Amino acid sequence: MKLVTERRELSSQLLRFCAPLVSIAVALFVAGFLLLAAGVNPLAAYQDILVESLGSLYGLSETLVKTTPLIFAGLGVSLAFRMQIWNIGAEGQIYMGAMAASGVALFSGIDNHGLMLLAMFSAAFLCGGCWAGVAGFLRARWQVNEVIVTLLMNYIAILFVDYLVYGPWKDPKGFNFPLTAQFSDAARLAEYFDTRLHSGFFLALFMALVLYLFMERTIWGYEIKVIGSNPKAAQYAGMKTGLAIFTVLFLSGAIAGVAGFSEVAGLQHRLQHGISPGYGYTAIIIAWLAKRSAIGVVIVAFLMGVLLVGGDSLQIYWQLPVAFVYAFQGLILFFLLASDFFIQYRVKLVRGAAHG
Amino acid sequence: MVEILLDATVRAGTPILFATLGAIINERAGIINLGIEGLMLIGALAGFAGTFVSGSLLIGVLAAFAAAFIAGSIHALITVQLRGNQIVSGLALTMLGIGITALFGKTMVGRTIEGFERIAIPLLSELPVVGRAFFNQDLLIYFSFLLVFKVWFFFYRTRWGLAVRTLGENPAAADTCGVPVNLYKFLAVTVGSGFVGIGGAYLSLATTPMWIENMSAGRGWIAVALVIFAGWSSPRALFGAYLFGGITAMQLRFQAMGTTVSAHILQMLPYVFTIVVLVISTLRLQKGASQQPESLGLPYDREDRK
Amino acid sequence: MPDLLQIEHIRKTFPGVIALDDVSFSVAEGEIHTLLGENGAGKSTLMNVLTGLYHPDRGTIRVNCQPVAFASPRDSLACGIGMVHQHFMLVPAHSVFENILLALDRVPNLFSRKKYQAKIQQLLDEFDLQLDLATPVWKLSIGAQQWIELIKLLMRDCRLLILDEPTAVLTPQESARLFKVLLKLKQRGKSIIFISHKMREVMEISDRVTILKKGHSIASLSRGNYDDKRLAALMIGEDMIPQWEKRAQAGDQIILDIRQLAVRNDRGLADLEDFNLQLRKGEILGIAGVAGNGQKALAEVLTGLKSASHGQILAGGQDLTSSNARHSYIAGIAHIPEDRKSIGIAPDMSVDDNLIMKNFKNGTFNRWIFQDRKAIRRNAAEKIEQFAIKAGPDGTPVRYLSGGNIQKVIIARELSERPAVLVALYPTRGLDIGSAEYVHKVIADGATEGMSTILISEDLDELLKLSDRIAVMFRGKLIGCVDPQNTSREEIGLMMSGERQGGAA
Repeated sequence: MKLVTERRELSSQLLRFCAPLVSIAVALFVAGFLLLAAGVNPLAAYQDILVESLGSLYGLSETLVKTTPLIFAGLGVSLAFRMQIWNIGAEGQIYMGAMAASGVALFSGIDNHGLMLLAMFSAAFLCGGCWAGVAGFLRARWQVNEVIVTLLMNYIAILFVDYLVYGPWKDPKGFNFPLTAQFSDAARLAEYFDTRLHSGFFLALFMALVLYLFMERTIWGYEIKVIGSNPKAAQYAGMKTGLAIFTVLFLSGAIAGVAGFSEVAGLQHRLQHGISPGYGYTAIIIAWLAKRSAIGVVIVAFLMGVLLVGGDSLQIYWQLPVAFVYAFQGLILFFLLASDFFIQYRVKLVRGAAHG
Repeated sequence: MVEILLDATVRAGTPILFATLGAIINERAGIINLGIEGLMLIGALAGFAGTFVSGSLLIGVLAAFAAAFIAGSIHALITVQLRGNQIVSGLALTMLGIGITALFGKTMVGRTIEGFERIAIPLLSELPVVGRAFFNQDLLIYFSFLLVFKVWFFFYRTRWGLAVRTLGENPAAADTCGVPVNLYKFLAVTVGSGFVGIGGAYLSLATTPMWIENMSAGRGWIAVALVIFAGWSSPRALFGAYLFGGITAMQLRFQAMGTTVSAHILQMLPYVFTIVVLVISTLRLQKGASQQPESLGLPYDREDRK
Repeated sequence: MPDLLQIEHIRKTFPGVIALDDVSFSVAEGEIHTLLGENGAGKSTLMNVLTGLYHPDRGTIRVNCQPVAFASPRDSLACGIGMVHQHFMLVPAHSVFENILLALDRVPNLFSRKKYQAKIQQLLDEFDLQLDLATPVWKLSIGAQQWIELIKLLMRDCRLLILDEPTAVLTPQESARLFKVLLKLKQRGKSIIFISHKMREVMEISDRVTILKKGHSIASLSRGNYDDKRLAALMIGEDMIPQWEKRAQAGDQIILDIRQLAVRNDRGLADLEDFNLQLRKGEILGIAGVAGNGQKALAEVLTGLKSASHGQILAGGQDLTSSNARHSYIAGIAHIPEDRKSIGIAPDMSVDDNLIMKNFKNGTFNRWIFQDRKAIRRNAAEKIEQFAIKAGPDGTPVRYLSGGNIQKVIIARELSERPAVLVALYPTRGLDIGSAEYVHKVIADGATEGMSTILISEDLDELLKLSDRIAVMFRGKLIGCVDPQNTSREEIGLMMSGERQGGAA
């Protein structure tokens, strides 16, 4: 007997829609065993996650706070995905965006609120974009593997921000902690409902809408889709694929860079060590789970926000390492990949091979 | 001075050498493995825990191999049997590795073991300049020399090696020759992953005999880049890994000498260097006949219509 | 002679297509059995079932009267069935020796290189073949690569050899040589399944012919019971074939003048060398040659996908080789690419989207930066009707269309801008006869309206039928130009193998 697989005629929409949800559920189930092995009651832990992230108005606001950078970074990564370009460097781009925005906030001396925020936003956008643009240039010009370049540049970006906050930008009155001085009020985004929820969240939603229109309605979105579907065909149709690769990676990094702006201007109000606890990596999962859709990114980012806030509570109540959330995210991805297979193929048994 | 630097080079290069060799075995069979970073961490923790519990370094190394082998089999299952996206699966493996080693490594933090000790090879270790670096080292380093040769021999002198190379180039050709495609691919991924695990174990058993969360610090990614630099060949992987080790050794040396340059800036060097090397080797790749396996990264479905 | 192989009621479906529907036939020992059928009739699918690459949905295969089920090529090889695939199953980067060695049975893991080299050399001598075992396969001609495939099967001692359109990549002379070897094998009791759609060869070599049509086996005839008319009638049936007429001769105005053009490939070798050609207005210029002799490079340099390393391309006296004018001019050159699925379409996108790939931003389908979805839809509906494209429901990704319909999508798009020049590479390869005739009609009609066509093809019949002139290429050079009216197939064949020079270009 032998198992044989064959392609399904047309994969059902229902299966496609349910797959991510099922994957998350199965990942929760398997992660439960990991928790058990670490001596934690998984049911109690999961309950804590839900209560902490959604059980109160404050919890919900905290979840939205975490959702904000995830939307930006997720949008950035998913834009590149549309063209089959892998931007694994959102983490570094967030750091560079945060750094640029902080630089403007600390040293530009602008005192007009709107002007200051615009300058910070632009700086983060450009800096994140250029950071990813390096990989984009190398890929477009010489076909250098963008996965490795964007990833290695994360380490460089994080070290560079560390260099600044431990060195030249360190707040002299900061008791030697690795952080800069606080921003002036002009450099802060508005906060709402007496929580930490800030305008960055609404900016993220707006960005999702813009990106949706960009992809679905403009000629550039069309071009990106053609290149993503078949770069050779695009080239053959006269499209400048190299330029497109660079531009898309630049925009991808720029949007991720805005996450850095939103974090420092809306939440931290200063640049410090560890400004992003891996939002850039979570963004990859978000982009993959959202299956190319900007609206999907918002929804999945929210789910991941729940997980992150919940993960923090696990750290506090159960002394679990924060990195545990990564294991969980890895599991989700694995199960999602596996579910893709069962969406596309049917498995059947074939009688054993006789030899004539 | 040169002797010490060379010695530090070999010691810093060895974990990356193991990881690069493991990645080469994966990619020769046509599977990209971006889970190297996670596998190194799993190997590092399993190696340390194995040694800590059993008191034997050998059991530690075997545990590292086994743990990475098992973790690699997830990647193999997803990419080979289920034809999933290799890049995403590899990233997932890295995330899983970071996560579960943080979770299960908690109890190992702060514990100590006796790490690998140097064993001088008579006469050879007396050689000037290279003696200390290459012949007064620990057993794992000697094993890495052997592995470089073994991997080369396997690919170019055995029929199984030929079959695995064919899988990376044109799996359909191997299939029509009666090679069990999925089985061989699966084994290439898992065994390759196992060697990556030993690379991780070198960190926790020899470099610094202790467990630190996230102790691989990006070395897995550097290994992925070095595969391209090495042109998928094991002897050149040795060269690449030591080149990288040399940069690391120099960086540490600078720090020890107390330069005014910030440690953070110095720590960037290996990553910057790796990117530069990657660009150069990609350029070189395009000039000559490419050594990159033709079907690298592509899933194989026998019934796909051409 | 007893039957070595019996196939009964085989059915195989793919998503959306029934490739095989109730196919039965048998092959006797020492028989050359031809499978005849037009493209898309299911010949290759059937053979892939027979070699264990595909699993049939239904039906029985018997070898020596024993029913067998092949789970993989391993199983069918164990039964002594081997195949030379149309897409060669070779590793270009590996040496001839490595490619053959992998195919051998029962080779120890640590093998003796010398022993196996000697074994292979012995077989090469037996069939009088010259092949250097150490050469990497990519350096060899397509014809030589096919010999390697055959040797792989002979080394394994297969009892049933399947050859899928082996002569498609050979000159007439090389084909004759192949037939000699096949007859020799037949005398030794080997059975051969020979797949072809070239009537001439079928008549020459077969003991028996089975005709496949639209996934059915409709007849098996022994030698003496058929002639080419009968076979053609069975193969094509009452399919509707569009009618067209060849119009008057081409004009005198020179549209394109290629002078001493040279192109190098990625490995630094010359794909095109000292190439001279003139194309007149309204002319159909056929280019004959065995695949891999620089045709692809010619098409790519003309359409701007590759740059020339030497020489000039003049259009109306203006040098376009490297000037900026090239870009706008290139847009006026339509291109039907060789590998339509891998470079002609964006497979995941709809027919609508694929039809506008070349002019999505010239104002017809966009307002400022926004796409005009209505205009795009209207255009698609128009083209689908005009070119009789079977496109399925709106929004169906192009990948689900049949080869013929994909080709029509590409042609519809390429011709939509009324190009001055069309470069068509193997435009009917893999199409059924109805679609192929349709493509011919489009090209001929275009010529009537003043479009010049460079028609690159390996099918001499197609070239002879359509072309005003035929140029022959060999190893990246133009061997000569001939008038199809008074040149024989054999003469063109000799030029294709580089053995004879032709008239001036």
